[in-house]
Amino acid sequence: MTDRYVIEDRAQNTFSLSREALVSPAVLEKEHRAIFDRCWIYVGHASELAQPGDFRTRQVAGRPVIFCRDKAGVIRALLNSCRHRGTTVCREREGNARQFMCMYHGWTYETDGALKNVPGPEAYGAAFDKRKFGLVPVPRFEHYRDFYFACFDRLAPPLVDYLAGAKEYIDLVVDQSPSGRMEIIAGVQEYDVKANWKLLVENSVDDYHLPTVHTTWLNYMKNAGVNVRPPKEEGLLLPSKGWGKDLGNGHLTTDNVNFRGRPVARWISIYGEDAKADIDAIRRELVARLGEERAARIADTNRNLIVFPNLALNDGSSVTVRTFFPIAPDRMRVTAWCLGPSEETPAQRARRLDAFLTFYGPGGFATPDDVAALEAVQQGLAAWREVGWSDMSRGMAKPADAQLNTDEGHMRVFWRRWSELMDRAG
Amino acid sequence: MSGRRNVARATREEVEDFLYREAALLDAWRLDEWLALTTADCGYYVPPNEKPDADHRSTLFTVADNHARLVERVKRLKDPSAHAEYPPSRTRRMISNVHITGGDSDTIEVAANFVVYRFRRDDDRRAFVGHYRYKLRRENGVLKIAERRAILDSEELGALGAVSFIL
Ligand code: FES
Ligand SMILES: [Fe+2]
Repeated sequence: MTDRYVIEDRAQNTFSLSREALVSPAVLEKEHRAIFDRCWIYVGHASELAQPGDFRTRQVAGRPVIFCRDKAGVIRALLNSCRHRGTTVCREREGNARQFMCMYHGWTYETDGALKNVPGPEAYGAAFDKRKFGLVPVPRFEHYRDFYFACFDRLAPPLVDYLAGAKEYIDLVVDQSPSGRMEIIAGVQEYDVKANWKLLVENSVDDYHLPTVHTTWLNYMKNAGVNVRPPKEEGLLLPSKGWGKDLGNGHLTTDNVNFRGRPVARWISIYGEDAKADIDAIRRELVARLGEERAARIADTNRNLIVFPNLALNDGSSVTVRTFFPIAPDRMRVTAWCLGPSEETPAQRARRLDAFLTFYGPGGFATPDDVAALEAVQQGLAAWREVGWSDMSRGMAKPADAQLNTDEGHMRVFWRRWSELMDRAG
Repeated sequence: MSGRRNVARATREEVEDFLYREAALLDAWRLDEWLALTTADCGYYVPPNEKPDADHRSTLFTVADNHARLVERVKRLKDPSAHAEYPPSRTRRMISNVHITGGDSDTIEVAANFVVYRFRRDDDRRAFVGHYRYKLRRENGVLKIAERRAILDSEELGALGAVSFIL
């Protein structure tokens, strides 16, 4: 391994990224310790657990986790590993449980993790204390506005501090709901991409690629009557102006003037004429609740947020919650959901889902081309020994607050933080 | 026969021929001809893997196209800048277990199993396994697709990746 993966020269405006960071098994091994075991990692959303006893099983940073609401209503993240000899005690994807019974020898746990029953208890000695054999919770578990995160580092700062400037951008999403209650809509998209996980961090916020990778999506928007011509201003490649921003602690976002329509609340022709009045009403509710300025901030911009290291909240044609974990240096597993205000009417919900599919997901008009791009990158990276460095200097000559969404300033934020944490792990 | 008096008439043989012809058009990427097999109100759906019976108006699907969106999908797939399908995947569809499951005076409901093999360069081979649910209708005596649901058996897309071609 080289000892430096990111080489930055602020005088020369160069930012070089070692391609070894995207191909090396040793780097991935180190990332598990330096990144995934140290940072706050997204687990799930409160709306996925409506009733006491509701559970969802998922992988979080390589660990099997039961994300559940216990009988008393408390949301928990329990490690899905029997205290007897290791078996996953909950093997269903989702459901409602009165208890979790291990299929191997029948140890049974309450929904809060407490060990309730052991078959044949008399074979254990007097010192055997059931209270010491509950399911182990993730070491740290906190939420911000219903987004629940786990952290495997007991000494990590609280989630609210960790999130830093990302909180403001989560607020811009959550405030779309009149009650501040967004919900994960049924239907999950789980798919693999044959590329390094960090390429999806970049891709989620890389607006430089839009005109080339998403030509067919732009054509679709154009066919529907959306204006996709860039405004006449030097340096603009996209139909509207946008920025790339540093939110602290490695978090970053794009922040763009909207042109692509928004279910909350900017009508475009794709929604159909009969949706116009409804979208106007959603807009009026926003203005009445939040004032003209904040309503415009929410409804007239779209933002792709990265919460370091691996959560993307894409608030564009709809809202996507997307998280991804490495399976191998050249492969990741992506999980994506659609998020919407819990108050939405059936018609509004249908419109949101339809808008989602114009762009996002493995059958959308854009995401499959992103996947193709990332897989092509990964293939090209196989020449890393000869072509050792990628360039990520776009926009560097400009001041930090002038970084466009088509520059790479916001991606440099991610890589600086990544590099700092990798260095710190030694 | 009396129980089926109100069911639009078709034999399994006719339906099988129709599905085989459709599969051949899709495998040959003759997408305009394929589109001509659909009715003006046709819907094409790929439900999410874990909720195969869901409604696309309340559940996030992988694909939920009305006819207008389907026309745009075909346009997109014929464009060399649809990078996920350029060069186009080679596909080979195996359609089997075809049976007429029901219907009414103008609709014939059909179920069939499928294996769609998809090949790309560098040894990229994927097998999409599942079943179709069709609603077929006769227009001027000719069978057309009024609804087409491709329901995958895998628990998640996982290594299948994207559904970037017409499944
Ligand atoms: S491993 Fe769970 S009861 Fe034995
Ligand atoms: Fe993209």
